[in-house]
Amino acid sequence: MKSTDDYKRLLKKAERLAYAALFMMTLAAVVSMFKIYDPTLSIFNSDSETLLKIEENEDKIENGIHLKTGFIDDTGLMTVVNNCTNCHSSKLVIQNRMNADRWNATIVWMQETQNLWELGDNQKVIVDYLVKNYPPIDKGRREGITKIDWYELN
Amino acid sequence: MKRRNFIRKATLTSFAALLGTEIVFGSNLYKGYTPIALQEPDPFKLFKKNKDMVVLNNKPWNIEAQAHLLDDRITPNSKMFIRNNGVIPVEIDSNNWTLTIDGESAQKSKTYTLQELKTKFKQHSYQLTLECGGNGRSEFNPPAKGNQWTVGAVHCAEWTGVRLKDILNDIGIKNDAVYIGYHSADTHLSGDPEKEPISRGAPMKKALQDETLIAFKMNGNDIPLAHGYPLRLVAGGWPASVSGKWINRISVRNIEHDGTKMKGTAYRVPKNPVAPGDKVKNEDMKIIESMPVKSLITYPKSGAIISNNKSLAIRGHAWAGELEVEEVEYSIDFGATWKFCKTEKPANRLAWQRFSANIDFPKSGYYEVWARASDSNGVSQPMLLPGWNPKGYLNNACHRIAIKVK
Repeated sequence: MKSTDDYKRLLKKAERLAYAALFMMTLAAVVSMFKIYDPTLSIFNSDSETLLKIEENEDKIENGIHLKTGFIDDTGLMTVVNNCTNCHSSKLVIQNRMNADRWNATIVWMQETQNLWELGDNQKVIVDYLVKNYPPIDKGRREGITKIDWYELN
Repeated sequence: MKRRNFIRKATLTSFAALLGTEIVFGSNLYKGYTPIALQEPDPFKLFKKNKDMVVLNNKPWNIEAQAHLLDDRITPNSKMFIRNNGVIPVEIDSNNWTLTIDGESAQKSKTYTLQELKTKFKQHSYQLTLECGGNGRSEFNPPAKGNQWTVGAVHCAEWTGVRLKDILNDIGIKNDAVYIGYHSADTHLSGDPEKEPISRGAPMKKALQDETLIAFKMNGNDIPLAHGYPLRLVAGGWPASVSGKWINRISVRNIEHDGTKMKGTAYRVPKNPVAPGDKVKNEDMKIIESMPVKSLITYPKSGAIISNNKSLAIRGHAWAGELEVEEVEYSIDFGATWKFCKTEKPANRLAWQRFSANIDFPKSGYYEVWARASDSNGVSQPMLLPGWNPKGYLNNACHRIAIKVK
């Protein structure tokens, strides 16, 4: 009798092992399918969540810089982003240095020729932001050579 | 970032937002297909540019070279600056591209296909210097408005096409013709279809020069998209904005052409000299014609450290707008003494000219090598900034490089 019990127990053990192996194989298959077709597991995220995440990232500030545009974070930042980067890149704003008079004249020029809308109270917010964060620098009649990358020339 | 999921679910609306326009038949777009306008966000790959090119602006695209990139006698596409005023046209069909000549001072208006232009008129090739009117703007004080070009908004490529004067002869122009103005396929940054980003031109005397081409090839191949494919007006020696890209119409005018960027402060400088920062009335401004004499040291790159027993070979290019460069000199003592470089003749009129020299330095230390070109009228480059103007055009101050002798 003992040998029959032993045999049955062995059989059960083998069965359990087989099931476990099958389970592991299925799991491995599923994991590798995800690895190939959807490594970010995006199937488990709802779309609204995803969209929200992107919107959140859009206006991220790091080290005082608005990452999407490169603008300095200061009062009026989003007013500048929303009114000044629709037609042209923020790069065009950042590389220009003007006083309030000339920024205002530039705004008028953009309204006359480039379809810029009326800015209302925002105009002062924008110009104040620009003059404070991107002021003209006095360069004199000729600057010295700057940013020299020295290298050995043989 | 969950970019894939985002794109899958919001593709059409986001494409439309990015392009600034609705995509007609958008629902028929193949899943996973990205419109051409968005396919390659990397400008270096998109325009096949050298990695050392500098992006000043990505909307619109404005990219410049550095001095050491401009060492080739004939500038390859990879090192040519890009200056755009509007949005590069999409979906260009060169098989159906046409050029229309019209205007008050044209005897008749006529439309040519690209093929007709190529077969009906004799083809010519010239190496032509094109420099942005605002090249060097970044140095003006007080700062001038616009893209802050340093030294790299110039190139000299070989252009092949037909002479504008041959086309104008075929049409017949009236005696009262004073100017030609171009019209192009690029679109306004605001998306307004009624507005042209730029529509400039040239007086008849420039339009009728042998070297003024309607070009369809650059350096032996189709013109690259960013440089005007499939058809570009090329007028060497004048601000590069005269050389309209993607052109589909040229109007022969009985007045100075009044297109976009012909008026106000655009490509204009004060008639009389003004103090830095002065306000200048529009009526006191005049259109820039020929560019001034200028030069660039293209070898070695600034910052070279050399040993004290060796002479340094320098070379570069010089150009003088409508004129020829007579001589180029160099100085290693901030202009106290000048020595002549060897200056070559241009490959053809309006091509830049190669100069070279071997420099011996008297002792170890820090030096600057300054180059100064003079044109055939005896006019030289200034060492300081030339006359200030509201938009910062025509900075032809001497170029210089830093050298250390061990």
